[in-house]
This record gives sequence, C-alpha cells and structure tokens, in this order.
Amino acid sequence: MKVNLVRTAALVLAGVPGLLSAQVDFSGNWAPLFHEDLPDRIPGPELGDYTGIPINDAARLRADSYDADRISVVSEYECRPHGADYSMRGLANLRIDNILDPVTQRIVALHTRMGFQEMERTIWLDGRARPSDLAPHTWQGFSTGAWQDNMLNIYTTHLKQNYIKRNGIPRSAQASFTEHWVRHGNYLTVATVIADPAFLTEPLPRTQTWVLDPGQQMTRDICETVIEVPKAADYVPNHLPGTNPFLHEVADWYGIPWEATRGGAETLYPEYRKKMGKAEHVPERCERYCECGADGRLCGDPTPPKRDTQAQPK
Amino acid sequence: MIARAGFLIVFAFAAAAQTPDFDRVQIHVEPVQRNIYMLSGAGGNITVQVGSEGVLMVDTEYAPLAPKIMAEIHKLSPGPLRYIINTHVHPDHVGGNDAIAKLIPQDPLLPLKIIAHSNVLNRLTAPVPGQPPAPRDGLPLDEFATSRKNMHFNGEAIVIYHEPKAHTDGDSIVLFRGSDVIGAGDIFTPGSYPFIDIERGGSVQGEIAGLNHILELAIPAKTQEGGTYVIPGHGRICDDADVVEFRDMVVIVRDRIRDMIGKGMTLDRIKAAKPTMDYDTEYVSADSFVTADQFVESVYKSLAGGAK
Repeated sequence: MKVNLVRTAALVLAGVPGLLSAQVDFSGNWAPLFHEDLPDRIPGPELGDYTGIPINDAARLRADSYDADRISVVSEYECRPHGADYSMRGLANLRIDNILDPVTQRIVALHTRMGFQEMERTIWLDGRARPSDLAPHTWQGFSTGAWQDNMLNIYTTHLKQNYIKRNGIPRSAQASFTEHWVRHGNYLTVATVIADPAFLTEPLPRTQTWVLDPGQQMTRDICETVIEVPKAADYVPNHLPGTNPFLHEVADWYGIPWEATRGGAETLYPEYRKKMGKAEHVPERCERYCECGADGRLCGDPTPPKRDTQAQPK
Repeated sequence: MIARAGFLIVFAFAAAAQTPDFDRVQIHVEPVQRNIYMLSGAGGNITVQVGSEGVLMVDTEYAPLAPKIMAEIHKLSPGPLRYIINTHVHPDHVGGNDAIAKLIPQDPLLPLKIIAHSNVLNRLTAPVPGQPPAPRDGLPLDEFATSRKNMHFNGEAIVIYHEPKAHTDGDSIVLFRGSDVIGAGDIFTPGSYPFIDIERGGSVQGEIAGLNHILELAIPAKTQEGGTYVIPGHGRICDDADVVEFRDMVVIVRDRIRDMIGKGMTLDRIKAAKPTMDYDTEYVSADSFVTADQFVESVYKSLAGGAK
C-alpha cells in the first residue's frame, strides 16, 4: 500500500509540468456556432457593407474597387484559404490537437485543422523566437501562445495579405492579431483583435464561439485551380473609382444610412447610433435574409418570405 | 541618348536613395529552399545557389559590401564562386560585381563568369560624361541577346529569361528548376511600388508581362502557398500568391490611369486624383525608393507614349 501511494504521488507530480504549461485542454473536435454575425458569416457580407469596421480611406477605396469576379477570373484566387484571423469565423469545422514533447509530455504547440481548404495552423507554446522579417508570410502566419490563468493568449504575425470581410475590405501583410481562447465546459470562445497599420485606424475586435463535437469526422477538402473564364493575362476585374454600382444596395435593402455603411472607427461604437442620421430608403418590410438564424435555420435564400401565403397554424 | 540615360539613372539613385552607411550594414542570410539562400543587406537582394560545383550569385549589391557578402557566402559553401547573374543594370544590383571579382582567387580552370542580358552590358559600357567607365572585371561579358539562356550547375537546370521592357530593357528573371526558386530582380518588389525606369526602356505593360511570366513559372503547393518561392529584388521571400497581389496592384493602377488619360486628364491632374491612394499605405514607407507620384508618372508615360 505504501508503495502504491508513492507511485501515485509520483504520477501526480509527473503531470505537474504539463498542468503548469496548459491549464485548459482545447484538444478535440469543435463545431462553429453562428449566432454572432450570422448573415455576415453565412452567406457572407453584403457588398459595400463596412459598418462597424474601423477602416481608413485606403481600405474603403480598395473595397469599393473590389469586383468579386476576380475569384473566378484570376485562377490563383480559387483555392485560397482564409487568413488565420478570418478562419475562426468561417464556415468550417475545427479540430485541435495537442503537440507533445515526447520526453517531458509538455504541450509544445497546438495544431489546428479546419475543414475549408484544409487549413492547418500551429500555435507554438514553447517560447520560440519569431522568424525574421525576411521570412515568407503564410495564410496562417506565425503564432505563439502564452497562458494567462485559464485563458490562452495568442499573437500572430507573418500573415499574407487577405481580407477582413469577404466583400473586399482588405487586410494587409503588415497586420498582426491577438487571440484570447477561453473554454467554458463544452464551449470555446475565441476573441480576435486585428491590428493593421495599412488599413485600420484602430484595432478591430471580433468574437466567435465553438461547441465541442466529439462525433465529428473531418474529411478532405481538395481544391485544384482551373481556368474558369479565359481572359487576357493582364485582366484583373475591378471597379474604377466611383463606378461600382452595388455600393448602395446594403443601405437600401436594410434601411441603413449610407454614411453608416461606409464604416470607420466611430461606426464601431454604440454611441454612433445617436448621430448616424436617417436612411434615404427604408423598406416597408424585411427584404433580405429575413429568417437568418430563426429556429436554427441558415441563410440560404436571400429573397423575402411570402408573408401573405404563409401557412397558418392548425 | 544612352549616355544621358546613364547619367539620369546615376542621378536618380543618388537623389532618391540615401547612401547607406556600409560600415553598419549587416548581411542577413535566409534559407529559401533546397540549396538556395537569400542574402539581404543594402541594395537589392542576392540569390545564392551552392553545391558541389561551387557558388552562383544573382546580383551583387554594392562594392563596399563585397567582403561582408563573400564572408557570408563562404559560411554556406567553401566552393569557388563560378557565376554571377545580373538581373538588370541598376547599381544596387551590379555595384558589387567588380569588387567581388577581385576578392576571389583567379583560377583559369574555374573562371568566374558574369552573365546578363546584352542590354545590361550595353548600358554599363556606354560612356557617361564626367564618370569613369565601368570596371572591366565587373562587366557581364558572358551576355546573351536571346529570349532565354539555359545552363546547368550544381545538379540543377537554371533558366535565365529576358523580360523585355519591364522595369528596364535588360531585365532577367532566373529560374532554378530543381530547387523551385525564382530570382525575380526588381520586376517584383513587395512592399514598394516598382521602379519602372522609363529612361532605361521600362514600361508598365512589360512590367505586367514580366510579373505574369513569373506567375506562369511559379506553381504553388497546397492551399496556394509555398511551392515555388520567389526572391524579389527587394523585400521578403515570397511565393505565387504574393506575386498575384503585386501584379493585381499594378494592373488596377494601370487601368485607372489609362481611364484618366482617356478622359483627357493631364499628368498633374492624374497625380492630384491620387489613383494609388488605396495602395499607398502598403507600398510607400519612409524609406521607399519610389514615391506614389513617381509610380503614377512612370505608368502615365508608359501609356501616354513616353516609354521608349
């Protein structure tokens, strides 16, 4: 009995270094929850909707010039994954694996894989130095993490240029972002704060929530580029400044003042509602994705429901 | 005319680029892929290939840095320097040719060859009033005048492509076929607008064609990154996706300026309209060689007939 107690104590102590370096276990399969920003994430943001994003004039013009045909015409865009700062609010499932030191059993890194474009990312927890400024940038960047009580703080640099929203708001390769991962039982909350000196006038915070999904089996998502629309090699779809015909749609569809849709730091804060003025056009009833999220439904059909023909409860 | 162009380019570099304090410059070595490295100090990036047959360099930065550059290369390989390939004529890329040639042992069985497109040699040997001729040991006397030059060194095929009328009229890109790396020269400068040197035969259409050629040669790996790595003339190691972003920027700015020219706008009015405003925060910094106005002007001259 005495021997067993000693052995048990040894086993407990053997686990201490691991516990000290990882207070919470994030490993497992996770499914995204879309109750936050649902229309923005599924099916995706409307063109010209920059509301609540602290963009500067450069980002605004870049987004105004964005033509989504680029994804089809420029084949190199077809198989691009999200950047690491966007992937956590995308449509894919997530698996997190602990990477253990084979000797000490300490967690030296978290490895994530997502269902969309097979995005893989490593978050180093072993204190390693960042790569040089001359090293290649990647979609997922270079991430290091450190514990603060039960919260994992992650800092990521070396990102490739990508987008803040899928409507053309750019995020530069100069950007970095911080994440705060917190687990509450079977829920994982990820708060992301993006800093981009090229396109944001102040940091952009966003949050996403995940639920543990032990039965999930992640499959492959293989993408190969093809020439979908043969065009001249020096053709890149874009709207010349002042010619994008779609920018007013979001204001008209949702009854939002045009100025508010243009974004900027002040539109990030609730106080802006007091000064934002009135919309030029207010639809009499919902015109767009009216039942998004209702009863757990997604936003597949953008057309408004036919209210006068809705079935009456029996 | 050539002499005038030579004077202008020297003047332009002297005026636009602050002379580096070469004593303080450190040479950084970044492994790229297989036996290819990128060296970065002051001036353009240097691509270095090492192997059992010796060392090959693409570009040489400035003469005062030659000892530091060669010291770093010797850490990578004890082998003899056998080839220098110059991607173009600008002094931050060819400036170290002569000094490096003089630093290495002369061995008739292992001669150093300096390769570039013939337009580079023509410009380097054109007399410039008030300036001494370019040192003979640093001239690319193994020049080529064809669209490509093939060679095989250190166990891999190397293809040097001439990119006509791109950022100059003598641009080359260098494909290391085995290592899957492209040395792009100043056709590609992530983080900075391209210096389209109109006076030296550059043009925006040739610049775009050169970038598209790099994209033809580069094949990304999974998730559209990695695979073929591209060493730019200045800046960090890149890949296909980074070249796409840069090419798109040049094309979109070209489209805007072409539209403005079509509306009868003068160069001054086009500059005032700031057609690059949404790219300036990414491509202009305190130490940029090319300002937004200079980039706009070079595109304007290309399109309005100023390009030669």
